[in-house]
Amino acid sequence: MDTTDSTPIQTPVRHKRVSKFKKSVTDFFVSLYNINLFIIRFFKEAFSPPFELKEIVRQCYEVGVRSFTLISLTGFIVGLIFTKQSRPSLLQFGATSWLPSLVSIAIMRALAPLVTALIAAGKVGSSIGAELGSMRVTEQIDAMEVSGTNPFKFLVTTRVLATTLTIPILATYTGFIAILGGYLNVAVNEGTSWSTFIEQVFEPLTFVDFVASLIKAIVFGFTIGIVGCYQGYNSNKGTEGVGKAANGAVVTAMFLVFIEEIVIVQITSWFR
Amino acid sequence: MEKAKANIDYNNPVIRIHGLEKAFDDYEVLRGIDLELYQGENLVVLGRSGTGKSVLIKIISGLLSPDKGKVEVLGEDISKLTDRELQALRIRIGFSFQNSALYDSMTVRKNLEFPLVRNRKGITRKEIDTNVESVLEAVGLSHTINQMPSELSGGQRKRIGIARTLILNPEIMLYDEPTAGLDPITCIEINDLINEVQQRYHTSSIIITHDLTCAKSTGDRIAMLLDGQFQREGTFEEVFNTNDIRVKPFFDYNFIQ
Repeated sequence: MDTTDSTPIQTPVRHKRVSKFKKSVTDFFVSLYNINLFIIRFFKEAFSPPFELKEIVRQCYEVGVRSFTLISLTGFIVGLIFTKQSRPSLLQFGATSWLPSLVSIAIMRALAPLVTALIAAGKVGSSIGAELGSMRVTEQIDAMEVSGTNPFKFLVTTRVLATTLTIPILATYTGFIAILGGYLNVAVNEGTSWSTFIEQVFEPLTFVDFVASLIKAIVFGFTIGIVGCYQGYNSNKGTEGVGKAANGAVVTAMFLVFIEEIVIVQITSWFR
Repeated sequence: MEKAKANIDYNNPVIRIHGLEKAFDDYEVLRGIDLELYQGENLVVLGRSGTGKSVLIKIISGLLSPDKGKVEVLGEDISKLTDRELQALRIRIGFSFQNSALYDSMTVRKNLEFPLVRNRKGITRKEIDTNVESVLEAVGLSHTINQMPSELSGGQRKRIGIARTLILNPEIMLYDEPTAGLDPITCIEINDLINEVQQRYHTSSIIITHDLTCAKSTGDRIAMLLDGQFQREGTFEEVFNTNDIRVKPFFDYNFIQ
């Protein structure tokens, strides 16, 4: 071998790194393509009969029940803490009377849908991912398919519709509970009555705020459902796959929720 | 229990497979399979793990699609069927999974009701109950009706899995490793059940196994799958009366060791 050649030798390690990077990029685009197909199939199945209404109602109940306690507690604490933390700043300017307006704007525009979505991603998304993942690895989905039932429609469509419908309801509830938490702090410190507080809460809110909040919650709900179902429905590699599906459902959904939050806030700001 | 003589109609094939090929990435699992299953026949497909036995029945039931070749089930070419047509055909095929694949969030009753309620529109409560009780009685597990799958033994789960497929009165039964992971006594019970299903429900079956006791006691015909192709076919004696070094160790391991 000519060792005097000045051309650098490409080491196997570098080769490995390049091919690993290439594989990661390819995998990313393949999964993006697969997610698109999954979403297209969802819309196709959701708008064609039979509509599985009974199962949708059951799933809505499941989603609501699974997150209700945690959302109640978290919503109340968020309202209470937010008011408590904002009060000193407003106090410096003698503007504590603005506290109800500040609380309502923060909660209705951002916190209620966001907090609900994050909790639902953790509770509902992971549970959907693990449930469908476990059904996939134990061949229950195949069993459903060979017994003449469309598993995508029965398992995926119903769950995605349930999260899309239920999370806006939960977000509205979170908003109410958080405002209640805020009221507790305001009432204790300012002695404001409930009717005055509520009046000040609704004063700065516009129709756009309510619509934007609702749209956000719908988008978040759809995202949590579709991500959980995609991860679970396509899981493999046995029990390890189930864990990965549950984990992937939470991480991906949370990440997407934040991205969607930024995009929707930007879009709604054009209408204000 | 001695296997009763099967009433096989050799003029009426219910499954016809020609030139079937299937590969996963670079690994060719099935390399040109030709097969016919006749009305009323129990065909046992024998072979080592990873030879594509389960892939074969998954293709027959439409869970996997073939790369090449023609698969005709009950007169229908499965690769040409629409989703709805395939769904309708599947109701006529029963698939018993290796791990039973019972819906673990449902009781035995709900597991059995599920395919019935979803495929027989307008069925009354009384008809559902009658059907559920009838298949449970056929598999000898009437007392488990309100139990959850997690409360059942391996053998019981297999039986309930078979009962769930029987509830739709299938014309073809596909058994994927029906005796895998069971003790010898339960294996004999499952073998007897497979024969009983053949007699009572007049089904034609493909039984995927590597258990020669199961093959001998349930099969009217045995097909040996080796290297992605059927290498030997015939009665149990015809298949194993050989010095073929690819087949003989299989027999020796099961019956001598």
